[in-house]
Amino acid sequence: MSEVGMSDNVNVIVSNAKRARKLTPEEIAEIEHEMELYPDKKAVGLEALKIIQKHQGWVSDESLLAIAKYLAIPVADLEGVATFFNLVYRQPVGKNVILFCNSVSCWITGCDKMKRHIGDRLGIDFGETTADNAFTLLPVPCLGDCDNAPVMMVGDDLHRRLDFEKIDEIIANYQKQD
Amino acid sequence: MVTNPLTKNIDMSRAPFSLTEYEAADGYQSIKNIAAGLNPGDVMQQVKDSGLKGRGGAGFPTGLKWSFVPQGENSAKQKYLVVNADEMEPGTFKDRLLMEGDPHLLIEGMIIAAYAIGASVGYIFLRGEYKVAEKALQKAINEAKERGFLGTNIAGTGFDLNIILHTSAGRYICGEETALLNALEGKRANPRAKPPFPQVSGLWGKPTIVNNVETICNLPGIMRYGIDWYHGLTKGKDHGTKLFGVSGRVKNPGCWEMPLGTPIRELLEGKAGGMQDGLSLRGFLPGGGSTDFMLPEHLDLLLDYDEIAKVGSRLATGTMIVLDDQTCPVGMIGNLMTFFSHESCGFCTPCRDGLPWVDAIFKELESGAGKEKDLQILHDHVDYMGPGKTFCALAPGATAPLGSGLKYFADDFKRHIDERCCPYNH
Ligand SMILES: Cc1cc2nc3c(=O)[nH]c(=O)nc-3n(C[C@H](O)[C@H](O)[C@H](O)COP(=O)(O)O)c2cc1C
Ligand code: SF4
Ligand code: FES
Repeated sequence: MSEVGMSDNVNVIVSNAKRARKLTPEEIAEIEHEMELYPDKKAVGLEALKIIQKHQGWVSDESLLAIAKYLAIPVADLEGVATFFNLVYRQPVGKNVILFCNSVSCWITGCDKMKRHIGDRLGIDFGETTADNAFTLLPVPCLGDCDNAPVMMVGDDLHRRLDFEKIDEIIANYQKQD
Repeated sequence: MVTNPLTKNIDMSRAPFSLTEYEAADGYQSIKNIAAGLNPGDVMQQVKDSGLKGRGGAGFPTGLKWSFVPQGENSAKQKYLVVNADEMEPGTFKDRLLMEGDPHLLIEGMIIAAYAIGASVGYIFLRGEYKVAEKALQKAINEAKERGFLGTNIAGTGFDLNIILHTSAGRYICGEETALLNALEGKRANPRAKPPFPQVSGLWGKPTIVNNVETICNLPGIMRYGIDWYHGLTKGKDHGTKLFGVSGRVKNPGCWEMPLGTPIRELLEGKAGGMQDGLSLRGFLPGGGSTDFMLPEHLDLLLDYDEIAKVGSRLATGTMIVLDDQTCPVGMIGNLMTFFSHESCGFCTPCRDGLPWVDAIFKELESGAGKEKDLQILHDHVDYMGPGKTFCALAPGATAPLGSGLKYFADDFKRHIDERCCPYNH
């Protein structure tokens, strides 16, 4: 497992000849833990991407290369997995990611208006990050909380029955924490 | 007599039961039964006799599905149980309640299922956004391990079971059982060709049973209280209770456990309190975004698999999405089409090309640029993407609200074209 981050002769095909970065000891420990749970390394790909994202905020090309190398799986395969999943961020995101449900029950209960309000308050649309890097706004399909629609998540926290006042409060609270 | 076996321990105003509390409430009896000599064949027979049908959408008989797993000397030694906890069907919010509210019920159910089919590893495939459920389940797994209910040589019987919690990262297609298996193996989550069916060749080519969370949560009750009790629960033809939900602009949206065969009216007007003031009911999708619209005239039908099928829809997840008279049906269907279009895995042509086209037409209708011929294109796509014409059931699922909506709300479609705008005030 020690070859991570060493100058290498593999993966030259990838992403503008970028180099794998060095994985941190914590990242490696967590990936190793996952490896005990699956019969082969390929199966750990998504878990490893999520571990890296937890530590780095997003998955850069350099991180992707590092994971592929560590797990000894083809970069293209891992890239295929990374781009497939909505919650793997291949671009930098702000400190707080807002996952805003825009599915059917939230739509019926007025999520479009709520989204416009967030847009007015923060000056961002879906896929964008505020200039101060505090918030990224992303659409998410049904959060499985439709009886409390409209809903959104900020980080790991679910916020329910949104209205303008609640949204203002939530944003202010996260701004205070920064 | 217990009448609400799925939710009897659930009270969302407090933390879910710990293992000790769950055990004190009649839980983990199955471990004692296994220790006392209950054999896997008996469990399988009891589940077959219960008449339990899958709660993940398709309603396939659970015992029958299990019986396809090859058993005996010559069968593969490694078998897998996978719990489908991906819950991403729009308008569906029932499995979350079970996992957050009573995680040990799912763990005990998994022990029963794994014992019956001979699986020594069980994966829970949990949607990534379900952070509260993730914590609750991991805690329950740890407690069960410590207590010796998971691990090796459970209750001294030689039965081994490890449960592994896998969290996904947000893609609806992962809920399709063969795509789920690919995702667990670390591959791109495209569905697989069937046959071979997962029961014979599933995860890493080994026999695998995929069951929905709620399906598995039925098992402890069936084993604990028996077939007669289970058969006594229903008010209709299908057995047991089910979680039923209502969302949309009703007075009291929520999710409740009720006997199968309960009249729809009792759910919508009783539990959910009917429509909010000033609104009236236009229609509803009875079991999530992949089901056909039903109408107010259907309210006296029973919440039973066959009964709902009679009017061309499906009970599916049992979580109903309500359309009121001041919400645009075209907009509502358009919202679903955007979802399905975005979540198409792109593997087969009718779905990959068809859904974005359908979605684009809805956007035109909404903006007032819709044309008469667009309606024909939409009708054609209900056919192109229908059952049997695509590689998996995602696209046919999309045609359910689309086809039924075109039929029931034809006037609304026409008005969008004639008036060159959405006639509703959103
Ligand atoms: C696109 C698609 C998404 C699905 N999503 C889920 C899901 O999130 N949870 C689930 O239990 N079943 C889902 N299913 C159904 C599964 O393929 C499978 O039938 C089910 O998990 C079997 O469990 P059961 O027999 O216990 O119902 C989905 C099917 C399709 C086609
Ligand atoms: S129907 Fe859609 S989701 Fe299913 S395999 Fe085809 S492209 Fe993929
Ligand atoms: S539609 Fe928004 S939580 Fe279900």
